[in-house]
Amino acid sequence: MEYLSPITIFFAAIFTSNILLTYFLGMCSFLSVSKQIKTAFGLGLAVTFVLTITSALNYIIYYTLLQPFGIEYLRYIVFIVLVAAVVQLLEMFIQRFSEVLYINLGIFLPLITVNCAILGVSLFMIIREYTFLQSVFFGAGSGLGWLLVIVAMAGIRERLNEQKIPPALRGAGIVLIISGIMAMGFVGFSGIVQIQ
Amino acid sequence: MISNILLTVALLCGINGLLALFLIIAERFFLNYGPCTITVNESKTVRVPGGSSLLSTLNNEKIFLPSACGGRGTCGTCKCRITQGAGPLLPTEMPLLTQKEIADQIRLACQVKVKRDLSIRIPEALFSIKEFKAQVTLIKDLTYDIKLIRFKILGDDEILFKPGQYVQLQSVSYDDVKESVSRAYSIASSSDEKKSIDLMIRLVPEGICTTWVHQYLSEGDEVRFTGPMGDFCLCEGTGEIIMVAGGSGMAPIVSFLRYLIQTKSKRKVTYFFGAVTKKDLFYLDEMKRFEKEMVDFTFIPALSQPEPDDQWDGETGLITVPMKKYIQQIDTETCQAYLCGSPGMIKACVQILNENGVTSDRIFYDPFA
Repeated sequence: MEYLSPITIFFAAIFTSNILLTYFLGMCSFLSVSKQIKTAFGLGLAVTFVLTITSALNYIIYYTLLQPFGIEYLRYIVFIVLVAAVVQLLEMFIQRFSEVLYINLGIFLPLITVNCAILGVSLFMIIREYTFLQSVFFGAGSGLGWLLVIVAMAGIRERLNEQKIPPALRGAGIVLIISGIMAMGFVGFSGIVQIQ
Repeated sequence: MISNILLTVALLCGINGLLALFLIIAERFFLNYGPCTITVNESKTVRVPGGSSLLSTLNNEKIFLPSACGGRGTCGTCKCRITQGAGPLLPTEMPLLTQKEIADQIRLACQVKVKRDLSIRIPEALFSIKEFKAQVTLIKDLTYDIKLIRFKILGDDEILFKPGQYVQLQSVSYDDVKESVSRAYSIASSSDEKKSIDLMIRLVPEGICTTWVHQYLSEGDEVRFTGPMGDFCLCEGTGEIIMVAGGSGMAPIVSFLRYLIQTKSKRKVTYFFGAVTKKDLFYLDEMKRFEKEMVDFTFIPALSQPEPDDQWDGETGLITVPMKKYIQQIDTETCQAYLCGSPGMIKACVQILNENGVTSDRIFYDPFA
């Protein structure tokens, strides 16, 4: 496979291979927490933080512990445990420094643990055999991509409040349709660079 | 093979153990607010450990703010003014605060966490609220779902309360309910009785505290309560008095009536009491006794759905029906009205009183929260 520079991967993860809109990972919190730009931005930052840290830590653990001992099959458990620990740490941090954000994020903060985008990124970097630097940039890029999309969606939804939407489409219905249209828009970038 | 299994287990345990250790250290570091100082009314200062809610921190310091819902942020009775160190207003407080209260720095003590030095202002009267240890000396069925419970205060403590005030009873864990909650109940006994209080407690389906009282509490048990609290009190005056209650809303009204008898008041009192069927009526003998002892007291019970067996010849319909009928005989220019019952009942009664010339400044009420 041809070597891609970390910067290329970074931008590709944001635009052409957006984790949310091309792989549809991390949909649950995307649908529920995209009502206000402020909260969506907070959650987006939290996800970006967790993604960057966990892709680096998971990389180190995978290549220094799991692979040398030949127990790569444990990666699912080990990755998710590590993600859980990082989320706990982040939870304490937010509770200490922004109680308003802490209450607004509510249950979705601890639920970042089971945000499939996070486990997805860690597994993708192994499957695609990225180097350490590539992995970290991939993690950070995916996080920023997720942040970009959820903030964009929150912006749209804030305006939707003033629109007349057919009753059957209110709530999740219209959000899913909009995500589909956004996904088509992002596919337009895909000619620029491909990272699978 | 075995070594492979052992290795896997050891590695997993090692990773998990390390992460757990790391998290414990992080928690010590992040969630440790150290000791904080709370300045109360710019005169009294207390030094407290940080990290918990202001309400429970003050409780530990024997300063009892009223709290009907037990710290869940639903009743809004624990409001207090925090002039310094409260941090930003939380989304959980917004629904219970008015614009004016927000401008006045009023916050919910159960939601604000003590994270740094605080400066708060609370009414001086709250300092008289104490925690009492008491023994249950009597449990009596008033109706099939309302019990009268008598608590004798242990030790040298005495409770000084105004008729109409309430106490907060603390439940203890029972069965599979592990948590201890505190709920507010109005005092039904006479205010010159300082060593014991009576509460009337109606069983609320699925209610944590009322289930405990009805099914687990027995005579001889020791309980704790804090009080007295509340500003639902009898106002001075000479005009007529209208009282309206439903169900266990009887409690504060009985306390009012006993006070009026003690003080040999000559005020005319009309008491409307609402119930569903005859089996929901209670204290009828007491009411007869009050009618004899007081100068001018009329008790008007009304049943909303009397059963055929009840052989009921009194008033029927919701409590508003007899109120409309009898209010003509009352001097509404000077009278005061005291209401205790469900929020819906109170709303309907206030409307009728207003329509008949009783202005809102002369209507006092205590809705069940």
